[in-house]
Amino acid sequence: MKLSLGPLLYYWKKSEVEAFYEQVSQWPVEIVYLGETVCARRRELKLDDWASIANQLVQAGKQVVLSSQTLIESEGDLKQLMRLVDLAASQGWQVEANDQSALQLLSEAEVPFVSGPAVNIYNPRTLQRLVNLGLQRWCFPVELSRETLADMQQAIAAQGMQVETEVFAYGHLPLAWSSRCFTARYHDLPKDRCGFVCQQYQDGLLMRSQEAQDVFVLNGIQSLSGACCNLADQLPLMQQLQVDVVRLSPQAQSMAEVVSHFDQLRHGWTPLETTIPLHDQLDCNGYWFGRPGMEQVESGR
Amino acid sequence: MELVCPAGNLPALKKAVDEGADAVYFGFQNATNARQFIGLNFNDKRAREGVDYAQSRGCRVFCAINTYPQPSRWSEWTGAVDQAAALGVDALILADMGLLDYAAQTYPDLSRHLSVQGSATSRAALTFYQQQFGIKRAVLPRVLSIAQVEDLAKQSPVELEVFAFGSLCIMAEGRCYLSSYLTDESPNTRGACSPAKAVRWQETDAGLEARLNGVLIDRFLDGEKAGYPTLCKGRFAVGDETYHALEEPVSLSTLDLLPKLQAMGIAAVKIEGRQRSPAYVAQVTQVWRQAIDKARTSAADPAQLQRWAGQLSQLSEGSLTTLGAYHRKWK
Repeated sequence: MKLSLGPLLYYWKKSEVEAFYEQVSQWPVEIVYLGETVCARRRELKLDDWASIANQLVQAGKQVVLSSQTLIESEGDLKQLMRLVDLAASQGWQVEANDQSALQLLSEAEVPFVSGPAVNIYNPRTLQRLVNLGLQRWCFPVELSRETLADMQQAIAAQGMQVETEVFAYGHLPLAWSSRCFTARYHDLPKDRCGFVCQQYQDGLLMRSQEAQDVFVLNGIQSLSGACCNLADQLPLMQQLQVDVVRLSPQAQSMAEVVSHFDQLRHGWTPLETTIPLHDQLDCNGYWFGRPGMEQVESGR
Repeated sequence: MELVCPAGNLPALKKAVDEGADAVYFGFQNATNARQFIGLNFNDKRAREGVDYAQSRGCRVFCAINTYPQPSRWSEWTGAVDQAAALGVDALILADMGLLDYAAQTYPDLSRHLSVQGSATSRAALTFYQQQFGIKRAVLPRVLSIAQVEDLAKQSPVELEVFAFGSLCIMAEGRCYLSSYLTDESPNTRGACSPAKAVRWQETDAGLEARLNGVLIDRFLDGEKAGYPTLCKGRFAVGDETYHALEEPVSLSTLDLLPKLQAMGIAAVKIEGRQRSPAYVAQVTQVWRQAIDKARTSAADPAQLQRWAGQLSQLSEGSLTTLGAYHRKWK
């Protein structure tokens, strides 16, 4: 079972991003997703900057994947996507398609691709169609349960589909995308002149109920889960289900420890505590058990 | 330009047809369509009656099967496609790629429209669905500005349908899992957003509270109008402010954009509201029928526009309307 580090969802300063990936090159993850997937206005790092980080990670033995933007709204967004596909093709890197525009460009260019969690693959027939177009790995959509995953894995085996399965196992879940920027809205700024206020919130901006319950995390045009998804104790079941890759989503704090914890778990270490004692956030695992995503189900594995 | 109206049940369908809809859309009474409400939608007998009623009066009928089937219940969704085909509907409104594939293979001659839940927001995405599944039309998500819609209309390989009036969904449709995060049901999985089964109303000293699976979504003071607690339209705390952090309870209305949409060659405008009453459907259809007919022949006079806008705002959430994402500033 491989570990992947998902795309960085937040807007960090260039120096912070570079410092982060320098550490990543030492971490026990096999696959690293790189690039801006949330907002077209976030250009602290240009495509060339991402390429240079990618090269360093390749040197360190990582497999890199360039991630595409999730919500494509303009011709400008589409051009940026074309540049990303060209770069990946020239370097032999994979691309993570995060919407149907990317599926189209990648299948046209015959560049092998993987799909992110916002591409709705809910059944084997959809998966098979995309495998026929060049899909090599798919990320299981975040709102689906382990039962559906088991059904999908069974279909993949039965139909002999050549495709890897990845599961989002740690981090705030990406739940929605809008054309409106909620961080700019909080600051009473128009999106076009947002002043890049996202940079003030390294792990997004918490949105709570009027009773102070963490509901969602606002991250520009993206809404994330208020609690942090943590499926660490489900790794044995994922192994049984032949899940190929487990995805960890970067957070500003304690990521090295999180990665190390998952790395030890996949190698059979049984911790005394089932939860990761590394962060003071609320955990959630409800989707995995077919429950509301925000819930924390005491699984007893 | 076609006027496409909602048919949540047979009386609403008949009203829409009588008031001049060019097409109506409906769904079956199960999780296969994105508006699963108790007491709403069609069984086979009702659907047959509805299709006959509409088609015999020159109105087309579309069937929405626009949720995402999972493996264990796959046959319910293909069954819905089979049922719609047997009813002789004029088009299927689909979102899932697997189901689009099934429909294209099984009923190649039955028109396929891409549902707004299919999330196609660029010409590349539209081309993808057109090349892979032969869609004839796509309904655009409510996240594009009017300039972006115009760009797409110039280059789209398929007919475009845009939302004209009704509840405003502010997230890219088909890729919003907020509802299932709180309640376990989402538009994708069960055709429900902020489902009624999870809603609780409670009078307290602090005001009327609306909860969704226990989470406090909003609190209303005396005299404040309390709408349905759709989670993205509640009041939440960010920093030390409490406000409609995502969106106010308003409705989308593009009446002012109608001549522009027509000039761009938009094939159809869609009225949202299968969950609304037959009387509502009748009134909205009536106003839009007049507005489209007028826009076809001449510029509407301002007084008349104002009258129509007034009639529509009476029917809107919070009596407020917005141009939503069509208007750049909204973003």
